[in-house]
Amino acid sequence: MKTYEQINNRIESGKAVVLTADDIIDYVEKKGLAAAAKEVDVVTTATFGPMCSSGCVLNFGHSRPKIRMSEAWVEDVLVYTGLGAVDVYLGATQLRHGDPANMYHPGEFRYGGAHVMEDLIAGKQLQLFALSYRTDCYPLREIRTYFTINDLNQAIMLNPRNCYQNYNVAVNDSDRAIYTYMGTLEPNRKNANYCSAGQLSPLLNDPYYEVIGVGTRVWMAGAQGHVYAEGTQHAGGGDRTPKGIPKAGAGTLAITGDMKQMRPEFVRGVSFRGYGVSLALGVGIPIPILNEDVLKRTCISDREILAPVVDYSTDYPQNTGKVISHVSYEQLRSGEIEIEGKKIAVGSLSSYYMALEIANLLADEIRKGDFCLAEPIAYLPKDTKMKPLLIRDKAS
Amino acid sequence: MSQTVTKKLMLFFPKCECEKPIIYHLVKDHNLIVNVFRAKVTPEEEGYLVLDVTGTEDDIQQGMDFVKTFNVSINYTSKGVTLDEARCTHCGHCITHCPTGALYIADSATREVAFNEAKCIECLACIRVCPFAACASAF
Repeated sequence: MKTYEQINNRIESGKAVVLTADDIIDYVEKKGLAAAAKEVDVVTTATFGPMCSSGCVLNFGHSRPKIRMSEAWVEDVLVYTGLGAVDVYLGATQLRHGDPANMYHPGEFRYGGAHVMEDLIAGKQLQLFALSYRTDCYPLREIRTYFTINDLNQAIMLNPRNCYQNYNVAVNDSDRAIYTYMGTLEPNRKNANYCSAGQLSPLLNDPYYEVIGVGTRVWMAGAQGHVYAEGTQHAGGGDRTPKGIPKAGAGTLAITGDMKQMRPEFVRGVSFRGYGVSLALGVGIPIPILNEDVLKRTCISDREILAPVVDYSTDYPQNTGKVISHVSYEQLRSGEIEIEGKKIAVGSLSSYYMALEIANLLADEIRKGDFCLAEPIAYLPKDTKMKPLLIRDKAS
Repeated sequence: MSQTVTKKLMLFFPKCECEKPIIYHLVKDHNLIVNVFRAKVTPEEEGYLVLDVTGTEDDIQQGMDFVKTFNVSINYTSKGVTLDEARCTHCGHCITHCPTGALYIADSATREVAFNEAKCIECLACIRVCPFAACASAF
């Protein structure tokens, strides 16, 4: 048994033993659970993949004379201004003004909110254009100026949903190609796409939300951010394997961090042909090895994690809830799965390569004493289900 | 008879050379087998041509000397399709869309994606599907 305080003391003195969720599997097999639990202080987990529910709050400071922005665009991408005078929320999936979207199907969606976030963190100069209805205290009607992230008072990433615990494997049962947020899917189940770091993914290493909760410090593209709430669509209840691994999406995290501390290679605008824009973000989460049980759960391997295969031509869009079958991440990573006797080539949207790099970077920061752990101030619900949106004929 | 070799080339045609039947002469006069992957050669515009040429070293050399008599530049290294390593995140979405295995998982442990230019037939599928705009075409 260890406490957060004991682990942090070891981190601060540069003595912490830290392994990635990838390395811990063999390590525990070799050393045995009891010995490893005594020895290891932290296991690092990570993920790098597209997650649409992302964005950031920007504060521009006040111009002379002042403006109360009522409509605003950054690099021609509309931002939300229903906040304070010069606060805006930039959403990752917002398209650039004039983007033809899917008018010429499939659209290319080359630039949107997520690309603005990437450019901002890369230090590029961006254009702000804003309009106002004018008030006595904020007389300016219109502003056009250019700024970098250093000119802003705050640039705080605020992602209502990240780190999906598990996720669908998408296939296409129709006879034409379809263009989805799970990538391009060829007809007649010619390919399948998945999107999870599997055995490296944070919430798959803490399936019952015992150590990752509200207040947990997380590595967000190099910045030290934290979990600020359960993520949207968090559904802690539902089917699990005997080892506690959910057989569907399940848990999610809402995370926030200072964009001024982030590294651009881990914040990347994503363009899904025929679908739209999204943001791929690198997130690393340390798991404190408080006891043998916590360690045992970090030893989960791709072989033991099952993902549901879903048809994105009918069942997903029509919300039928039908799952064709379950496949393991070990099968997915082999590059080919077999479903109902047919072999299907497998691609991915989540980068294991980047996730591995993040898990190692975070492990190094902890070993050097630069990244301490924060004990959660509240835990994520384990019993919630996802509610559908009912289409009602009239108000009751 | 000396051994034949295959070389992949990208030719760049400036505006003034676009109407000349250069490839015809490579076949007819220099005994080269040509396999064109992709071409954009139109009158009044600059043109590009990516192709394999197969023949003896001597024939290829003579053919290239012939090409050089025009104002056409020959690029032996840079191909029509490139992978920008700085933009690639190794997500692996391209793998199932690449018909020749030119894009492949180079390391099964780290899932690193690599690009074997020699296998690329320039179908441009990767450019259409890459979410990170890591694949690009020279023309």
